Amino acid sequence: MFELAGVTHRYGPVTAVAVAAWRAAAGEAWLLEGPSGCGKSTVLHILAGLVTPTTGDVLVAGTDLRTLGEGARDRWRGRTVGLVPQRLHLVQALTVHDNLALAQSLAGHPHDPLRITALLEAVGVADLAHRHPRALSQGEAQRVAIARAVINRPALLLADEPTASLDDTHAATALELLRAQAVEAGATLVVASHDHRVRALLPNRYALAPVARAGAGVAR
Amino acid sequence: MNMSRLALAYVRRRPLSTALVILLLALGVAVVTLTLLLAHELETRLHRDAGGIDLVVGAKGSPLQLVLAGVYHVDVPPGNIPLAAIGELRANPLVANVIPLALGDSFRGFRIVGTEPSFVALYGGVPAHGALWSEPLDAVLGTDVARATGLAVGATFAGSHGLTEGGGEHGEARYRVTGILARSGTVLDRLVLTGVDSVWAVHAQHQPGMGANLVAAAKEPAKAEAAGAGTVHHADDDDHEVTLALVQFKSPLAAVSLARSINRDTALVAASPALETARLLTVFGAGIDLIRAFAGVLMAASALMLFVALAQALEDRRYDLAIIRTLGATRWQVAGVLLVESVLLAAAAAALGIALAHGAAWALGQWVPDAAPLAGAAWRWLPAEWAVLALALGAGILSALWPAWRAYRLDVAATLAEG
Repeated sequence: MFELAGVTHRYGPVTAVAVAAWRAAAGEAWLLEGPSGCGKSTVLHILAGLVTPTTGDVLVAGTDLRTLGEGARDRWRGRTVGLVPQRLHLVQALTVHDNLALAQSLAGHPHDPLRITALLEAVGVADLAHRHPRALSQGEAQRVAIARAVINRPALLLADEPTASLDDTHAATALELLRAQAVEAGATLVVASHDHRVRALLPNRYALAPVARAGAGVAR
Repeated sequence: MNMSRLALAYVRRRPLSTALVILLLALGVAVVTLTLLLAHELETRLHRDAGGIDLVVGAKGSPLQLVLAGVYHVDVPPGNIPLAAIGELRANPLVANVIPLALGDSFRGFRIVGTEPSFVALYGGVPAHGALWSEPLDAVLGTDVARATGLAVGATFAGSHGLTEGGGEHGEARYRVTGILARSGTVLDRLVLTGVDSVWAVHAQHQPGMGANLVAAAKEPAKAEAAGAGTVHHADDDDHEVTLALVQFKSPLAAVSLARSINRDTALVAASPALETARLLTVFGAGIDLIRAFAGVLMAASALMLFVALAQALEDRRYDLAIIRTLGATRWQVAGVLLVESVLLAAAAAALGIALAHGAAWALGQWVPDAAPLAGAAWRWLPAEWAVLALALGAGILSALWPAWRAYRLDVAATLAEG
């Protein structure tokens, strides 16, 4: 489903991230693990086409990202990738419903209120559809962010530290929700996390090592 | 949920700042538009009132004063001319039409003009009620006069001496209203018209046989009356006077030669309304330009405020914009949100400002009697207003350029990492 080969990314002269080889099949659920600051977010951004790596090949859902121009890559991302950002940020000016509608529109899909309602129901926040983000709790906002990430049935669902500030119960629930929605959408799931609680819940793991010490990570 | 709706959502999210920016820009637009409307209306009025009159011939004095008194009916005339001069003008083969005017009296601030029916025809006036005058002391009211005084056909009134309110009344000779003119949008609307002989009759009855100057009375009614003045009626009919004459030529060629020969060879002054009006507008023009420059500064200041509001908004929503990019928006789209937002505000301000200007023109007509003739501007759309609209939208685009550029340049990954 995706394949990273010989990928390195440098900020200035320092190599920040290195992924020698990482291949995932469609429908798999992966944990991208590693200590804080080792570049997990950067790898997610590379997979999402938000960051172009300094070297290496990135193949996602059959598309070589290097062949896409910037605008094409933005549109490709809208259709192919769902990203649950670390801070679960929703667009503040829009209601929960409109946050999802915006994602539909940017992927080039027609407005489908039934799908939005069904999805909000599936993640358990149907009654919040017309609230603004500032009226939501952190857990509610995360559910909305997950719903927004899968609204377009992406091939790849990325989540950045989804359990970082949740207690054990909520962490497990969030993970379950991500997995369930990934299965529902038929998406490959990648969760970037340094949270040991997550390890038990995801079958595949890719350990990203700090570049300065280990040079590259290994699939286990 | 397209980018315009997103921009609108952001606008709605900051109601106070949005309202302030719109209000300030709208004020600038309103002042610019109002000066355009009033200047245009003034110019149109001046040209329409002077329409068809090639020369004003009167006693020695300033040509501008002659035009102001004879065409616009706002100044006192410089003096009288003998009736014989009218005959001489009519005999000139270059002249198509001569209309005599006898001025000097007024009715509640509206001027009484002794003239001939061709004066009404000159402005395309037609009676809405009744008919034009036929007997001495018949009077026809302009529509504004009828409305202000409440007089109807058949009513009688006495003129007062002098061109402004406060002169002594000619109580013995009462005018009878025989007609009220339909609105013509010209100076006719504000005049009381009668035959030249009526004016002579009024002054003959008032001070029969006194050979004084009508115009002296017009200038200083009290003093003139004390001196027994106030009549153009001399004992001898040949000594009849009128105040001035409006002249139309057969061909434009006559304008130069006739005006020159009158000014050189006679004791009279010939003034061209077109020339004097143009001079007058030059004087107004400077004042109007100044007001317009001031309004321009106001617009520039509001554009600056719009810029500050947008720049601030951009900082507040960098993370939002990064998220929108992760959802598949291109650089152009997020920059577009700010541009659309700014143009929406500018368009709202322009619409409000132009509406305010038209409303102000209307209100001016309602509450300031002297400005009533300019109130027609309220219902007129000038081509120049498109330019004002474009200027406001341009200010909107200009204000958004830098914030939009910053949005375009936004580093999504770095912004998301900042959290």
